[in-house]
Amino acid sequence: MKTLVFVEHADGKLKRTSLEAICYAKAMGGDVVALALGTLDSQSLAEAGKYGASRALHASDAKFDHPVIQAYSSAVAQAMQQEGCDHLVLANSPLGGPVAAKVAVRIGAGFVSNVIELPSTANGFMVKRSIYTGKAFAWVEVKSAKKVIAIRKNAAEIKESGAPVSPVSFTPSLTDKDFNTKILSTDKATTAVSLPEANIVVSGGRGMKGPEHWAPLEELAATLGAATGCSKPVSDMGWRPHHEHVGQTGVKVAPQLYIAVGISGAIQHLAGVNSSKCIVVINKDPEAPFFKAADYGIVGDAFDVLPKLTQALKSAK
Amino acid sequence: MKILVCITHVPDTTSRISFVDNNTKFDATGVQYIIGPYDDYALARAVELKETLGATVTVLNVGLAESDPTLRKALAIGADDAIRVNAEPADSYFVASQIAEQAKGFDLVLMGRESIDFNGGVVHAMVADMLGIPSVSPVMKLDIEGTTVKMAKEIEGGKEYVEANLPLVAGCQEPIAEWKIPNMRGIMSARTKPLKVVEPKAVDTLAKTTKFELPPPKGAVKMISAEQVEELVTRLKTEAKVL
Repeated sequence: MKTLVFVEHADGKLKRTSLEAICYAKAMGGDVVALALGTLDSQSLAEAGKYGASRALHASDAKFDHPVIQAYSSAVAQAMQQEGCDHLVLANSPLGGPVAAKVAVRIGAGFVSNVIELPSTANGFMVKRSIYTGKAFAWVEVKSAKKVIAIRKNAAEIKESGAPVSPVSFTPSLTDKDFNTKILSTDKATTAVSLPEANIVVSGGRGMKGPEHWAPLEELAATLGAATGCSKPVSDMGWRPHHEHVGQTGVKVAPQLYIAVGISGAIQHLAGVNSSKCIVVINKDPEAPFFKAADYGIVGDAFDVLPKLTQALKSAK
Repeated sequence: MKILVCITHVPDTTSRISFVDNNTKFDATGVQYIIGPYDDYALARAVELKETLGATVTVLNVGLAESDPTLRKALAIGADDAIRVNAEPADSYFVASQIAEQAKGFDLVLMGRESIDFNGGVVHAMVADMLGIPSVSPVMKLDIEGTTVKMAKEIEGGKEYVEANLPLVAGCQEPIAEWKIPNMRGIMSARTKPLKVVEPKAVDTLAKTTKFELPPPKGAVKMISAEQVEELVTRLKTEAKVL
């Protein structure tokens, strides 16, 4: 068994969820080869070795700097063929998911997305995946020899098991047909902590009373090194950008800690946060349904509790 | 222009999820089924394009006879005709194969970014690969100028503006269009619009769901006084161990 891990990177570093994918592949057994596409310095990619990759491939061509799904899929499929890999593991991100699916189609592999745990191999190859937006799980048996596994955050523990590896240059042969979508421009917040990657998320709802009142919430997030999120009404009213919307039809998060401020807890919002390890709800309405889904609750006014909580965290540091 | 909209027939977002037959089957008792919310956005945009550009809209579902009312609702919203591939939607590869089989000859294939039951979010990418055409998802804005499609796509922390040529597959999400509610005229005319049932193409299912599981019940919430936020910090550190 030999596994290719497609690793994503941002701001010159490998993403945490990609490190998890390397650790997941390592724990499955067999050799692990990491592949990165686009501009990245070789020291950063060499880190893949620390988490279990015995080899790292790098297609550094700048034309990969804007991710075109088709071109990425072709590069991944070619790397698997060159390296003789029969498994592909990657993070189930907006980029990784479609790439995994296309590669699975091309190589005739069984494909499972949203995988949340290491496989069980006692009785066939079984993986557990999240379904109904985290409200349930399904056990899936993969019968084919080739397998493609797209993992959710926290599917594997990140641990170091080796030393850095020097990346090897990889040159996939791509045609114009692989670049079948053209990226015209990108409009991206550069300073914010990535919401799907974050270990702590602080979200605000209608109880925040308006976009001009977000400062205490942002201050708490900054103190915790957290990403900021929001409820659907807040994003619908334009108080916060859509990419911050957490819930059934927005971003699904799985942080260690989720702090909800002034969010009542509609079932659609809960669907986006129910994979969080610990949920704290701050709401002035003691009847808010969100308290039933929380680990800790504070009944109180957001503008009173937030600064006090920020202060308490600063003092406790 | 010919537009194909693929819809899922899924439990309403507020449904309680449970299983029967020793956790091997979804319990549909008392569950209200709907057009997948993301698919509903795709359908709404298709109907808008039909009104502005003069397209025809065909709606497709891979499912058994219980999907028919959901397809009729899509016809009431404004689709011209419907196709149902008569098969249990086994997994994303199976569904994508059936869609690809029916999608030949369409200029634009729209669907939701993901289904809300299995949340795979990859059928659009698979269909595009099978047809050898581009796919983009999740699309928040989609406009057509000649044979060029201009789109805004959501990415982590922002948006990407993308352009591709028809034919194309797009996975849609809000705010691509406002959901449309069928009016009385739509509901009446939907009854007589064609709904064709076709048999599936034989496809090997490489990944098979064998059983289901529910998450363990959540413990009771621990309430902390707003006057003692320090206690929350302590508990997050020592009890929950998340700080």
